[in-house]
Amino acid sequence: MIALLIRDMRLSIRAGGGFGLGLAFFLIVTVLVPFGVGPDTAILTRIAPGILWIGALLACLLSLDRVFQLDFEDGTLDLLATAPMPMEGAVMVKALVHWLVTGLPLTLAAPLLATLLHLGAEGKFWLFVTLLIGTPALSMIGTFGAALTVGLKRGGLLLSLLVLPLYVPTLIFGAEAARRGSEGMAVTTPLLMLAGITAGAVALLPFASAAAIRINLR
Amino acid sequence: MPMSLWQYANPVKFMALSAKVLPWVTGLTVLTLVTGLIWGFFFTPGAVNFGTSVKIIYIHVPSAMMAINIWIMMLVTSLVWLIRRHHVSVLAAKSAALIGLTMTIIALITGMIWGQPMWGTYWAWDPRLTSFLVLFLFYLGYMALWAAVENPDTAADLTSVLCMVGSVFALLSRYAVNFWNQGLHQGASLSLDKEENVSDVYFQPLLLCLAGFVLLFVTLLLIRTRSEVRRRRVQALEMRERMADG
Amino acid sequence: MVELGKYAGAVMSAYGLSLLALALLTLVSWLQSRKTKAALDAAQARRDARKAE
Repeated sequence: MIALLIRDMRLSIRAGGGFGLGLAFFLIVTVLVPFGVGPDTAILTRIAPGILWIGALLACLLSLDRVFQLDFEDGTLDLLATAPMPMEGAVMVKALVHWLVTGLPLTLAAPLLATLLHLGAEGKFWLFVTLLIGTPALSMIGTFGAALTVGLKRGGLLLSLLVLPLYVPTLIFGAEAARRGSEGMAVTTPLLMLAGITAGAVALLPFASAAAIRINLR
Repeated sequence: MPMSLWQYANPVKFMALSAKVLPWVTGLTVLTLVTGLIWGFFFTPGAVNFGTSVKIIYIHVPSAMMAINIWIMMLVTSLVWLIRRHHVSVLAAKSAALIGLTMTIIALITGMIWGQPMWGTYWAWDPRLTSFLVLFLFYLGYMALWAAVENPDTAADLTSVLCMVGSVFALLSRYAVNFWNQGLHQGASLSLDKEENVSDVYFQPLLLCLAGFVLLFVTLLLIRTRSEVRRRRVQALEMRERMADG
Repeated sequence: MVELGKYAGAVMSAYGLSLLALALLTLVSWLQSRKTKAALDAAQARRDARKAE
């Protein structure tokens, strides 16, 4: 399992795709927002947590089709299916790698980008915390979507259509907690719900994703 | 052999039974729906706060209930497919999706039209409206996955898994949306035991309309599932032809 | 005709659009049903012809 993790990490960093691309996308979206809504500082501060959450979510979505695609094409996935390690474990590793190369960098970059949108120090802190808690759920859910569409030739658009509705609860609780934090209100409830979604997704979704992979490999 | 419901999961028996039942269900649907809607539309008074706009309830409430119930039905039949591998079951889920999608659209449209005079706006990010919009997306995703996967059994399995996971997330979204914005909707107006609920004048035609929508769903579901079973049969026959031709 | 007062537009359009949607759904389902029935009959006829040979 560790070996698979190391191999996948090395591959995804060497290929460069997901790693840099997601971050660049996140940066561009954040830069474009003020062009769209105007340079008014008060408005930007108000919408910053939501915009950054949506930006991170879309950047996450961007690299999802690569989670299984290469392994499917070169047959590695079939090897994994017959390997002694259960498919659930392999799926977990895939999701973890996806998080390490997209979710984590996005979380680290978010407070910096928040400066562009005039988010205060407290807002940045809560944005960081909510993204740290929430992005693993995004990777887990995304991996499930990628598992469903792994054999399809033009799966990209379908993947977005399947995954985005599943992202709704995570986005609502994450962005709500970040917004409340930045406005100095109590964040406990949405934060707990967000953590609950992440825990539930990490605990249960690998089974669904592994089932989907097995169906697709049949 | 003991009689059980499962025997109708056999495609041949399903086709035989549904062919016999279909004309009766269709007749009953037309009767109930037409009576209910005409009663509701022509023979109910306007309400104190709502005026005549209350008549929209006879479409809005049944379609909204069906939109949710059809998804639940799809969840159940998907589970039956995953556990017992009855083709008719998953084909019924597939057939139900478009009906559910239509019901969701009708509930949204009538809600918007009703919202304009009542709340002064076509659209508000009210929890129920928002939940239905999310449900709409779930129906779309489910149908898109069916359309995208070529192998019918793979498609059946994948959509069933999606339906299960989607149900959990749809429920989560419902709570998330509730938490996110308190709504404009009035609370439950349909439970049978409460005195202060909608008075009989509105309630009786509403019940008839609810029954009409349920029957309409059953009729359409039978028609559509029969089409799907036939489509499968044609595929199997064509496969055999190709194999015979070598 | 019933007197709908100021809500006439809302009520009529709600009924109209909904019934239209249901009619479309029914039409689509019915056409599909006819199409698949024809296809199945044709396929079975081909099979029977083959058997007869």
